[in-house]
Amino acid sequence: MRWILGGLALFAAIAATAAPPIPETVVQVQPKLVKVYGAGGLRGLEAYQSGFLISADGLVLTAWSYVLDSDSVTVTLNDGRKFEARLLGADPRLEVAVLKIEAAGLPYFDLRQAVDAEAGTRVLALSNLFGVAMGNEPASVQRGTISVKTRLEARRGVYEIPYDGPVYVLDAVTNNPGAAGGALVTRRGELVAMLGKELRNALNSTWLNYAVPIDQLRGTVEQIRAGKFVVRKSEEGAKKPARPLTLGMLGIVLVPDVVERTPPYVDAVAPNSPAAKAGVQPDDLVVLVGDRFISSCKALAGELQYVDFEDQLRLTVLRGQQMKEFVLQVSPKDGK
Amino acid sequence: MVRALTFAFCILDFAFCTLVLAADVDPAVLRAESERIAVMEKARPPVLAIFSPAGAGGGAGVVISADGYALTNFHVAYPCGSFMKCGMPDGRVYDAVIVGIDPTGDVALVKLFGRDDFPFAEMADSDLAKVGDAVFAMGNPFLLATDFRPTVTYGILSGVHRYQFPAGTLLEYTDCLQTDASINPGNSGGPLFDAQGRLIGINGRASFEKRGRVSVGVGYAISINQIKNFLGHLRSGRIVDHATLGATAGFDENRRVVVTDILEHSDAFRRGLRYGDQIVSFAGRPIETPNGFKNVLGIFPKGWRVALSFRREGKRFDVLVRLAGVHTESDLLEKLARGGQRPPMPLPKPKPKPGEKPESRKPKAPDEDIPVPAPPDEGGPLRPGAPKPAMPEIVKKHFEEKRGYANYYFNRLNRDRVFKAWAARGDFAPLDKPWVLTGPLDGGGKYRFEIAPQQILLTLPKEQISWPVTDELGSSLAPPDSGGLFAALHLWRRLAVLGPERFGEVYYVGTAPFPGCDGPADVLVGLHGGVECRFSFDPKTGLLAGLEMFPDENADPCEVYFADYRDAGGRQFPHRIEVRYGSETFATFRVETVEFAK
Repeated sequence: MRWILGGLALFAAIAATAAPPIPETVVQVQPKLVKVYGAGGLRGLEAYQSGFLISADGLVLTAWSYVLDSDSVTVTLNDGRKFEARLLGADPRLEVAVLKIEAAGLPYFDLRQAVDAEAGTRVLALSNLFGVAMGNEPASVQRGTISVKTRLEARRGVYEIPYDGPVYVLDAVTNNPGAAGGALVTRRGELVAMLGKELRNALNSTWLNYAVPIDQLRGTVEQIRAGKFVVRKSEEGAKKPARPLTLGMLGIVLVPDVVERTPPYVDAVAPNSPAAKAGVQPDDLVVLVGDRFISSCKALAGELQYVDFEDQLRLTVLRGQQMKEFVLQVSPKDGK
Repeated sequence: MVRALTFAFCILDFAFCTLVLAADVDPAVLRAESERIAVMEKARPPVLAIFSPAGAGGGAGVVISADGYALTNFHVAYPCGSFMKCGMPDGRVYDAVIVGIDPTGDVALVKLFGRDDFPFAEMADSDLAKVGDAVFAMGNPFLLATDFRPTVTYGILSGVHRYQFPAGTLLEYTDCLQTDASINPGNSGGPLFDAQGRLIGINGRASFEKRGRVSVGVGYAISINQIKNFLGHLRSGRIVDHATLGATAGFDENRRVVVTDILEHSDAFRRGLRYGDQIVSFAGRPIETPNGFKNVLGIFPKGWRVALSFRREGKRFDVLVRLAGVHTESDLLEKLARGGQRPPMPLPKPKPKPGEKPESRKPKAPDEDIPVPAPPDEGGPLRPGAPKPAMPEIVKKHFEEKRGYANYYFNRLNRDRVFKAWAARGDFAPLDKPWVLTGPLDGGGKYRFEIAPQQILLTLPKEQISWPVTDELGSSLAPPDSGGLFAALHLWRRLAVLGPERFGEVYYVGTAPFPGCDGPADVLVGLHGGVECRFSFDPKTGLLAGLEMFPDENADPCEVYFADYRDAGGRQFPHRIEVRYGSETFATFRVETVEFAK
């Protein structure tokens, strides 16, 4: 009898490996997708991209873009409701950001239940590519297969992106405006990866359709929820010291702050300055001050106002594909 | 015994599982593949490769009836001129003539010659299509099919009821299907089939950007349900116009869709719609976004009457609105003539309509679309200055040039067809003397209409009204509050007796739903005496179901509904005539006796 049951179970398991029809999976997954809009992108264009909910109370996972750190980021849910969104934190090395909207009871992907995939896994890519969907119009769905799981590091200096970890390369054309931050799911609707940004091979000008596996992002998301990589909110009301640090004291010259949110790249380091002594170099991108995520030149200048000039400064930069942490100390006599 | 059976079962089960697990390809996959191949084989025969007479590749198309009518995009057909050549997958080439065009919706109807048994595609119901449904496109991307066997691309529906901004005011794709099946230049005008091989759309646009004009997995097809609404209009040989409500909609602060602008002379205004009213549903579809509103509007031809529900201060209103045209006739013709102007790349941001809030505008995607086509030029598309290919004899027989028409031949054809079907139920041509109708009045007593060529006499118990026929029928609308019943009756008789040739100018409009008709009614429009009269004929019986007399384009018509057709001297004659004006019923006349003076 055991054998019969076992045999039946095996038979059933084989028969049940078929995934549900795509429209069924789509209906289950689309409610978790959101449309992200940030104002003040390049040339005044409205920047748009995709994202998906990762908590019932409104955490949104999306691709990191400098337009996300703004007062006018909005997130539109699948049912059309619009929310003001706040950048909670970001990790520019992974090109991932977490937004927060004030909501409750939302459908979401539980990152802990994301699955791994491999070459040959049939997937669906959901995103708001080309901004086709507005309001309560649902995200677009594309059908594809994972061509390969590989590392981007093999293309160091070739792809204009600091991320060098594993990616899924897809045969569906997901590398389109607005698709970044979308969700890659299996035919059963299980979350696999986040759709990547528009990425071009600098050598042969081909565009890569790739997605970042969730297991690469989980750690950072946990850190962001725990307070690291987090953007300072003005409401936090921390006290500013009487004599705070300045970039001049540190000997750091940033690139000219020409657009509303210029990425904080180091342009020059004054010789013999605290920054030079610590090892900061031109072309480094400032990412963290302490555990705080720094999204722009203005943000860096603002964050330094909370650091007393006599205190040590923990500065984390992105150099190439590496995150490097430095400890800077402005000696007391320099501050006078 | 049981042990033996159990053992046998286990062996079989094990063998099956091993077979499945060890097979190179799951049998279910192989089965799905052969089903797919069979469906595509069956769907292929009606697919066309359309090219201009000079031989330049145009795009694709699909035959929809055995006598050779076929659909394609306006932007594929128009540059070919009035006639084109169509290659079919069996290798044969057929001459085809343009029938009707819809530049705003980017659809064209052509007719092939040479057979009366063309393979044709079966139309599906595109409203049943769901995101994720498998679909396939057939066409001639990159003009690869030199043998006319179409290229097939396969994918899923990525979105439904999508909106794509127009290029100027043409090529607006409302309520369209979005697919990730490759749609490339050359696929335009070709069919999008569902998993059963039925026609659900006509491919025509795609989102292009950094890679130039090659598919990036985002293609758009005009839904077949929209095309069904326009099919009668396309058969009319006219240059068809889309609809406007005479009002625009946008979001208010509470994200409700409200009227942001309204023309006072629009039918919507006369039916009670005002600035700020919330639009609840339109043509039966709940409206939740301004795009949703535009989507519904875009699938109807000008002139259709559509249900509209709106709310003001908690009160709900349900009305029927007449849709006006987006363009004036000269506007549309001018746009076509100017078609040679290609929009700069990327497309300029569409101008927001007055009152349209930023949320209802699309974010500026660097979207490059198929440019507005150049008008057919003298030298043929490829070799300017070269002699234009001569129109084939068969095409000449089916083509008549007339301003405002793509092909007047088909208008005359349908106009005469409709009139003949009506005359077959009762030939009124000989009855050129007065018609006399009598019947009871609600309050007691009788009425008597004497409808004569030069006047109408209405005799009531207490009075007699005489209305002379003048050259300006719209100048004396009588009886009062009827909207011009006398003029309407006069024109009814005039068409019945004189027929479309002698009535004045009578043209075929297309088809539109009409109360009391099972299926869209055939519509003729007659112009005489300074007014326009719209005649709607029941498609099943051929009888005149009703007419609407418009003394002015911006006024309510006098509506006359004819029912209860019975024999009167060997002819079918309506014995119930209901007259409506504005939102009121003016009168309902039951006809007891009908006499035709000798």
